[in-house]
Order: sequence, then C-alpha cells, then structure tokens
Amino acid sequence: MASAAGDPRANDVWVVVEQHDGVVAEVSLELLGRARELAGQLHVQVGAVLIGAGSALKDVATALVARGADTVYFVAHTDLAHYLAQPYTQVVTSLIREHEPQIVLYGATTTGRDLAPRVASTLRTGLTADCTDLRIGDHSLKGEEYKDLLYQIRPAFGGNIIATIISPLHRPQMATVREGVMVMPEEDRRRDGRIIAVPVTRTPEPIKVHAGVALSDADFVVKLVKRVQEEKRVDLKGARIVVSGGVGVGSREGFALVEELARTLGGVVGASRAAVDAGWIAHDHQVGQTGTTVRPKLYIACGISGSVQHRAGMDQSARILAINDDPLAPIFSVAHYGVVGDLHKVIPLLIQAYRTKGAGGEAAPATSPAAPTQPAAADGGAS
Amino acid sequence: MPQLRIVVLVKQVPDTANVTGEAMKEDGTINRSALPAVFNPEDLNALEEALKLKDRHDARVTVLTMGPPAAVQVLRESLYRGADEVILLTDKAFAGADTLATSYALSLAVRKLGGTDLVLCGRQAIDGDTAQVGPQTAEKLGYPQITCVSRVDKLVAPAEGGEAGSGAITATRSIEGGFETLTSTLPCLLTVTGEANDPRPPSVKLVMTYKGIAAEAMPEYDDSYLNPESDDAEVCMIGRDGKPVCRARVVQWDHEALAADREALGLRGSPTRVKEIESVVLAQSEARMVAPDEAGIAELVHELIEEHILG
Repeated sequence: MASAAGDPRANDVWVVVEQHDGVVAEVSLELLGRARELAGQLHVQVGAVLIGAGSALKDVATALVARGADTVYFVAHTDLAHYLAQPYTQVVTSLIREHEPQIVLYGATTTGRDLAPRVASTLRTGLTADCTDLRIGDHSLKGEEYKDLLYQIRPAFGGNIIATIISPLHRPQMATVREGVMVMPEEDRRRDGRIIAVPVTRTPEPIKVHAGVALSDADFVVKLVKRVQEEKRVDLKGARIVVSGGVGVGSREGFALVEELARTLGGVVGASRAAVDAGWIAHDHQVGQTGTTVRPKLYIACGISGSVQHRAGMDQSARILAINDDPLAPIFSVAHYGVVGDLHKVIPLLIQAYRTKGAGGEAAPATSPAAPTQPAAADGGAS
Repeated sequence: MPQLRIVVLVKQVPDTANVTGEAMKEDGTINRSALPAVFNPEDLNALEEALKLKDRHDARVTVLTMGPPAAVQVLRESLYRGADEVILLTDKAFAGADTLATSYALSLAVRKLGGTDLVLCGRQAIDGDTAQVGPQTAEKLGYPQITCVSRVDKLVAPAEGGEAGSGAITATRSIEGGFETLTSTLPCLLTVTGEANDPRPPSVKLVMTYKGIAAEAMPEYDDSYLNPESDDAEVCMIGRDGKPVCRARVVQWDHEALAADREALGLRGSPTRVKEIESVVLAQSEARMVAPDEAGIAELVHELIEEHILG
C-alpha cells in the first residue's frame, strides 16, 4: 500500500471533512477550495470523505459538492455519530486502500491531528502537520525525477523557519492544514458531483468485506462520555478589529484592560502564545502560527514583543498599532503605528480618545491626517 | 508487587526560543548541539501525570526516550522527579527519523518491556510541533488513544493477574471551543497538554540519591557500551569512579536490541523528506511613531476613524 500502484498521478485529491452535528468545520471547506486548485493542476478530481450519522448529513454532502467536491464518499452509521479515533481511522484507511487517492488533506484541528497520524501510521505513509501552504512541484532525488509532488509547507522550529516537506516515494501524500490560511471557496449550487453511499458493516468480531467499511467491537473500546461545546466561540478570524495582549500585560487581571479596549472598539481579544502559556487567557484567543492567523482591518498589539511565530499570524493585517515600552521590540518592524510607552497608561488614553471622538465626531481638534505627529507641542494641553 | 505499569515517552528538544542560522544544517535538519537542550515541556506534564497516578496507585513508572547519548539528561531529570526506571534508545540507525520511524522504534521498545497498561507522552514537542508521535505509537502498539488530555478523571487499575481489558481510564481532552470526556479500557495511550498540571520540581532527596550518575556518564556515543550479541544489551551508567552505578540503571537499547527492521528506522524508514527550508523574513514596514500622550493618541484615533479603520 505504501508505494504507488498503477499510475498514481491519475488519482484524486481528497479532503477528509470534519463535521459535528451536521456543521462542517470551516477548515474543511477551505481545504476543498485548495484541493480544487491542486486537482486542476494535476488534471484529476476532488474527493471528499464525509463521516457521521443523522439525516442532516445528506444535506452536508450536497453542500460539499457546491464547495468543490466531485465525489463525496458518504459514510453514515449511528455508531459514527461522534468522532472517535479508531473507527474513523478504520473508515478512512479502508477508503484510501480501495480508491488510492494521491493526496489526502485534513484540517489541523484537534480532531484532524488525532485522526491523520493514526491513518498515516496504519498506511505507513508520510504526513506533515499543520501546513500553512500546499503546492505542486517536482523533485530530484538520487538521479530520479519525481514529477507533481505535493509540497507541504509549514513553519517549524518555533516558527523560525519555513520548511517544505515532500513524500516522494509514498502514497497517499498526506497533510493537516491550519485553519484560516486558505481561502474559503464560493458556494456554487449548480456544480455537479456524485454522492457515493459507502456501506458500513458493523459486527462484534472483525470480518473482511468486499466493499465498503467493516467495523467491529475492537474499534469501539474508547467511548465518548460527554462533549461540551461552549456556545460562544472566539471569532478571531472574522474580526474586523483585534486587540491582543502579550507578556507586557503582566497578569490575568491586566487582560481586563485589553478586553475593555476591545469592547470599546467593537473588536475581539487576541493574545500571544506567551500570554496563553502563562495561563492569563484561553488558547482560543491565541494569534500566531500555533494559534489563529488573522487579517483584520486593525490589529492592536499591547505588550507583545513580536516573535516570528506571532508576527506570522498577524502581519497581513491592514493596519497594525503596536504599544510596547521597549522601543527595540521586533513588533515595531511590522507595525504601521508605534507607541513606545506603558500600555497601562496608553490603553486608557485610547479608550478615552475613542469615546470622545465617538461622541464629538469631527469637532475635536486634529491636524491633517497626512501631517506627521507633533508629540511635544500639544503635550498635556488637551482636556 | 506493582501492578500498574506506566511508560512515559519523553524527548529532549532544542530550546526553540533561541534559534540561530548556525543551528541549521545544509540538509534542513537541525544541529541540536548548537542549541541548549531542554526537557520538552509537555513531556514534563506527561511525567507529572504518571507520578500523580503513582502517588495514588501502586505503579511503576518507566521513562523512555530516543535520542543521542546526551539525551540521557532528560532521563536523569525524570529520576530526580520520581521515575522508577529509565531507558535510552540510542543508535546511529535511529538518526534522521520522522514521526513514523520514531513511533516504530518507540513501539518496539514498549513491546520489549512486555507491553504496558498506560503510555503517556506530551501532546507535541516544541521543535516540530507535529503532535504525531503519540497517535502513531498508539497505532503501532494497537492501543487506543486519547490525545490533548487536559485532565485525567479516573483510573481503574487492572485486576490482579493482569487480565486484558480489566482496567480503564477516563480522561478529558480539550477541543475547539470546549472539551470532551472519553473512557477507554487499558492499555491505552494518552497525550497530555500543558493545561493538565504543574510539573513538580526535582526532589532534593532523589537528586542526592542519583547524583553519582549525574556526573560523567555516557560522554559520547560508543558501540562498546552495547553488547548486541546478547538480548541483554543494557548498560548501567558509569559513575565518576568508573564503576557502574546500578541503583538507577539507564538501560540503553540499539536497533538490534529492539530487533528492529533496519529499513523502517531513521531516515531510511521516513516517508517524509525536507525539500528545503527558509528562514522566516517578514515584511518590514516603517512604523510611524506616535507620542504616548493624550494629544498623540487622540490624533491617531481621529485618523483611524477618518480612514474608516475604526468605526
């Protein structure tokens, strides 16, 4: 299985779709968009693997076609209602062995990063974690030319390098891909696609089947006791304004100030990895290579020094305002506006200025936007 | 007699907070010796979880690492915290392994130990951040897995006589925007996150006990340590006086000790290759400096509103 059989280059590009209670993870849709591009370059088709249970799932399958799938492998069984590593591995490996896709992509979510390595180990093929880009390219190795390989591009080593990983001799080539780094494809309800219902045979003892997927009790030794999904998720990706705090915030309590600024401006609270690691704020808020990649209209970095891993997750923001008491902090090298000062003083000034402007509109005294700032002249004069 | 057997997989990693270009080799792999080496943070959380279970149950904690001889340092640190037994997998044949080849070697070592009830490891290592070795080792062992564990809720130790499937573990894992609680029969593999606990510091008493071996043991890789003819390819650490210190043995296994398929190890056993690496260079911009005072900030806010950046 590990080596390529037949003409593997004629085989499809797959996305293993993640869904919970009929809601598809955004990263799965983003991956369908990229899978279409890759498949276009390779002159092959896009397959989507959809696993779950319930009547809503059929609509999901149709929606996947609208987002770019040519074939949806639809695997429905009551025992597959919730994600569990072993049965899902069994499903995905069975389908891969039967259809031999050349590329299989997963979202780099907790689910995708639980499932994909187990599948790769079963198939003894390569897997690259947490990619931020995928391309098609060639490679020469020991005099052999390998055409149309998947370049799996990811940050490594704490974000200090970007590595291009290939898997020249093994199929399928597999990767998990970070949420939010690929463009969500438009929905096209007129697209045609096949939905193939994959038969699932569920028996107490393992058996071999000629078609579809066989699951036995041995696949279900892990049981879900409960799953708690908090209502509100932090929507960093969709935020127009992100106000992030780092080490300079100083404490869990200090984040109240960051939160107040975010609330005042109608933004979402973000954080650096260091602030999350310190336990001041939940991981959902983390911006950077190991968190969420954001592209808001305005990014305000408060007390964030600006490690490579953080900057890579926010440097595409339309405008960046950095507040830091260290004038040499690397964050200033990607910022459009820099304020060297104590964030505990600067943030209240920002809040006050915004509230005043909001109420007073254009009445407040201001120089032309194009003019450079004049720090000393007006110092202490206003209000 | 102990009862619950726990294997903890740990890794010595370069401190990725301080990487320089000199630390990178031509082939895209890391020259670890150019960086300070540390105990991978989440592996310390895994060890702590094992030691907490040992505090409550009659358990034997074995710590296993694969790496160069210098990786013995993380084994020492494990002994200082309360591990009962430590094993170093070291062999040139293991070099250049990706996650698949690494998990193969680790799984063979667990098998050589006669299997175990529980395997614990950190969710991911800070050098690669792949989070793949845990699930892949579980698969190779045929064990179920629970990854991203932020809390071990309950453990039922296997019944006397070690009947398969008699023990059970319940653990909670973090997922996007929530959590889920799972229960599994033993044996099982768990990957543990930094949320799970605060690792205990080394015990002064244990440091005193083991400090003899903390001295000069295993300076360089040397085949003479090993006796591949024997299934007993184990060595004691060599103390300062040149005599073996066997109170805490560092067992060292190479590929022959593991009866490994040479083709499945190291670079040869790794499907993935690093095609190229590049240093991250981010777009630089000239920041316009704004005075940290009322007037400066007011003007900035006004400008952002004018440009419809702020609403």
